[in-house]
Amino acid sequence: MSVDTATVKRVAKLSRIAITDERAESMREELNTILGFVEQLNDVNVDGVEPMTSVVDMEMRKRVDEVNDGNMAADVTANAPAQEDHFFMVPKVVE
Amino acid sequence: MTDLTALTISQARKKLRAKEITSTELTSAYLEAANAANGSLNAYVAMTDDLALEQAKTSDAKLAQGEGGDLEGIPLGIKDLFATKGVHTQACSHILDGFEPRYESTVTRNLFDDGAVMIGKLNMDEFAMGSSNETSYYGAVTNPWRGGDGTKLVPGGSSGGSASAVAAHICAGATATDTGGSIRQPAAFTGTVGIKPTYGRCSRWGTVAFASSLDQAGPITRDVRDAAIMLKSMAAPDAKDTTCADLPVPDYEASIGKSVKGMKIGIPKEYRLEGMPEEIEQLWQKGIAMLKDAGAEIVDISLPHTKYALPAYYIVAPAEASSNLARYDGVKYGLRVDGNSIDEMYENTRAAGFGEEVKRRIMIGTYVLSAGFYDAYYIRAQKVRTLIKQDFETAFAQGVDTILTPATPSAAFAIGDKEMASDPVKMYLNDVFTVTVNMAGLPGISVPAGLSDAGLPLGLQLIGRPFEEGTLFQAASVIEKAAGTFTPEKWW
Repeated sequence: MSVDTATVKRVAKLSRIAITDERAESMREELNTILGFVEQLNDVNVDGVEPMTSVVDMEMRKRVDEVNDGNMAADVTANAPAQEDHFFMVPKVVE
Repeated sequence: MTDLTALTISQARKKLRAKEITSTELTSAYLEAANAANGSLNAYVAMTDDLALEQAKTSDAKLAQGEGGDLEGIPLGIKDLFATKGVHTQACSHILDGFEPRYESTVTRNLFDDGAVMIGKLNMDEFAMGSSNETSYYGAVTNPWRGGDGTKLVPGGSSGGSASAVAAHICAGATATDTGGSIRQPAAFTGTVGIKPTYGRCSRWGTVAFASSLDQAGPITRDVRDAAIMLKSMAAPDAKDTTCADLPVPDYEASIGKSVKGMKIGIPKEYRLEGMPEEIEQLWQKGIAMLKDAGAEIVDISLPHTKYALPAYYIVAPAEASSNLARYDGVKYGLRVDGNSIDEMYENTRAAGFGEEVKRRIMIGTYVLSAGFYDAYYIRAQKVRTLIKQDFETAFAQGVDTILTPATPSAAFAIGDKEMASDPVKMYLNDVFTVTVNMAGLPGISVPAGLSDAGLPLGLQLIGRPFEEGTLFQAASVIEKAAGTFTPEKWW
């Protein structure tokens, strides 16, 4: 399978990465090189094979559902490019 | 006085405990060497001189009392992927501009609890995506080993800063991470030792995520013993990472020097690649002979799905990356590039903040996870991954203790290599021998075993059963004893 430029632009949109027409063109070639490379997986017979969900044979540890930390609003927002009173500031989303 | 930076971790530890040297002396020597070398090697992206000297002082007070942890006063370099409280942590990406976490990663916390000193943050491929350290926002790292005509070579990647710094003696040891070969390939390119432990051996908490089902932290060091010392400190159960194993960490150092008599070493025929340089095959044969001479039993094995590991990886890893890297949106931390709407702000931020390799992988990942392609790509790749793991399980069920392979298909190549730069898949092929191990969650170590015709270091890889890192240290130390260690001539 290979992608066309329109698909590259759609994927860029889904990925939230702005892309110029020119870059979409060269990106199409790069993505198709990679997709061409992974094509060989079609040669493998995977009938009846379970897809891997955990690479190590162990049960995932669970913890009690309880609050075990908090009150760190200042730390959480400390690295934000724009914040006010411990809120993240973003461009207007509701008119 | 001897050059303090020439000491391995185990040698320095002995002198510190015997009070022959102080951590302040040792740390100052490393800081001086690192600051002087960085203009040539670009191994560090941030130096932490003040913090290091403060930590050294604390260590000296403990050592004076005859106290202190296993790494008390030992100066280490930390890959920029590990969150270090109040210190530059940017995964060498522009998008994490200015990020200084308010918390400490579990791995660095474990090292500091054992007395380690941090002298700086190490360069790496952006978000650990690369095999040459050329995708870093902070520029390429130079390998302390040079080509015959003085050509500047890459140290490998993604842990290129870690490998370069350890080989150049500008830290005693370094932390690194490995998603497809990012510890073992740079170790092989620089004549250093690198181990990727079993998935779940080291906590991933506070390590910037690339592909969560593949990422593992491990050390890069000058010799096998140092790798055992560092891994013992880095690994530990951790309630903050639900995929971190609840298993006690053995004393890996105790495995070093143990005989390999009767140990069964598997040689997989599928690792003999078409077009593989003769010197790689020769190195492999040399390694086989070393282990045989030490009493190990060599058996031929087959890992039939080997050739599918790399293509499956280039579906699974980008898929997980596209999800993990969704968090970089210009809102919570790092770079923001404004736009007329919130969507435009996201798109502009991510276009400016991510480098080209990272964008490629996010887009491949987004594509293979998108409606209509998920089963054909992602689910199929995860099925192939099951088959790759079964190959190893079959070999181990036949009584094989460890598997010996080359670590890389070549020695280090030049910075700016045109063929690699023009074709992403050519660069990906660097990980052809290492990526299988991540896909199966197994431990793998790269140990230097000789020099190429051009005088560059080459490594061999040993692959072990889950959580049997001790066996790898045992067999790797036999190779090290026979092959010796390799140090570049100082030119920087």
